[in-house]
Amino acid sequence: MEYTDVVMENFTCPKHVGEIEDANGVGQVGSPACGDIMKIFLKINDNGIIENASFKTFGCGAAVASSSMATDMIIGKSIEEAGKLKNSDVVDALGGLPDVKIHCSVLAAEAIQAAIQDYKNKKA
Amino acid sequence: MKRIYLDHAATTPVDPEVVEVMIPYLTETFGNPSSIYAEGRAAKKSIEKARQQIATAINADSREIYFTASGSEADNWAIKGIAMKNKAKGKHIITSQIEHHAVLHSCEYLEKQGFEVTYLPVDEVGLISLEDLKNAIRDDTILVSIMFANNEIGTIEPIKEIGKIVKEKGIVFHTDAVQALGNIPVDVKDLNVDLLSLSAHKIYGPKGIGVLYIKKGLPIDNLIHGGAQERKKRAGTENTAEIMAFGKAAEIASEHLEENMTHMKTLRDQLIEGVLGKIPLARLNGHPEKRLPGNANFCFAYIEGESILLSLDVIGIAGSSGSACTSGSLDPSHVLLAIGLPAGVAHGSLRLTIGKSTTPEDIDYVVNNLVEIIQRLRDMSPIDADHPIDAAVFDKADHHHH
Repeated sequence: MEYTDVVMENFTCPKHVGEIEDANGVGQVGSPACGDIMKIFLKINDNGIIENASFKTFGCGAAVASSSMATDMIIGKSIEEAGKLKNSDVVDALGGLPDVKIHCSVLAAEAIQAAIQDYKNKKA
Repeated sequence: MKRIYLDHAATTPVDPEVVEVMIPYLTETFGNPSSIYAEGRAAKKSIEKARQQIATAINADSREIYFTASGSEADNWAIKGIAMKNKAKGKHIITSQIEHHAVLHSCEYLEKQGFEVTYLPVDEVGLISLEDLKNAIRDDTILVSIMFANNEIGTIEPIKEIGKIVKEKGIVFHTDAVQALGNIPVDVKDLNVDLLSLSAHKIYGPKGIGVLYIKKGLPIDNLIHGGAQERKKRAGTENTAEIMAFGKAAEIASEHLEENMTHMKTLRDQLIEGVLGKIPLARLNGHPEKRLPGNANFCFAYIEGESILLSLDVIGIAGSSGSACTSGSLDPSHVLLAIGLPAGVAHGSLRLTIGKSTTPEDIDYVVNNLVEIIQRLRDMSPIDADHPIDAAVFDKADHHHH
């Protein structure tokens, strides 16, 4: 099993690690398959645009890299667009993931959806 | 970048002295040992020399040494060979929950063929209980297979005591000693074993060559059928070069056993003290004393093993983990689960195994870098003492992509 250079870059120097103090959307999901846990923090403005995103992840290299890439991809996007982010988009941006690690990218997409849902619930 | 290899339990580099012994058998003395002419006779004679070297290393008779293609083959042969030979006598086998997969999966296969297997549990440091063993023995028990030393956590089982109990009952006793040879004394007479598995590549020999010690006179079915090699017990043209290499590697290993043990133990203790002293919430897995001299196995709370391995690899350090993410099966190590660790904790394990060439400077480098790596990964983790794993997060994800 080998990771692409993009995966390794995103693992060794991940973007957007940590918590956003004034996040208004937080989502946490875990993978029952391997025990990985991903937590996504979103700062969404009144126009529904994601101004900032960050993550905290318990998991393997692929899980960290997927979190890093996925948060990077949704910053500046509307919550509608971000909600449509597919795990395959994350995998493509990473230059591919080993088959056994695809579920890590699914986790990233689900964590983002959970964070957006949290924002909507709070607003409602 | 300098590489620091700390995965000697996985495999070892071939000793240059061993390579030297091996090469002529690939080029000059290439004859088939079964052939009657000079090239064949020379190969045959050499093999018998190697057989004697291995016999000497484990205090056996050379006629009790049978070459196989791996330690896994030796385990498969011991278990299936004894089971098939004795199936009329009984169908019960006893082993432990922490065996190598070569033993566990052989037993699982036999269960499908109608055998019954008891998998003895281990305590929190990985030891089986002699009481459990005694209680598990039945009238129809035909085989007990307990590993000498565990490959993951390094715990050394009380083989001599187990051997005594099993012998009194007249049951066949096999031990997988693949991790033991070259690390602790292995003496088949002292241990009361009937069968014992070995592998060359764990003792600075090449991959692809193993040995099954079979006590003289013990009836066992063949596993590999074909020609009359290995006293008609294991077919296949002898792998002369690797047999010679294994013989030399075993000789070197037993000649330098004491000094190697001291060297590894010193560095292992330096590593364990360094890690437990400098990294909070780290635990040592396995027995504190009854463990292989080169084995250190840790769990670090709140982080995952593969990300530790990748971080170490980037700075030149090779180690291994029992994490689900490194197993390819998505299940954490069966050994770590058997010593009672929750799956989340077993996830964050790191095994570092020391070898002949490891130096105190290597250990300092590893400990100092590990302190930073663990901290970095913990800063990245959503779990800590105030935020324990919430089982509910697993319900939100509905994917089970195995």
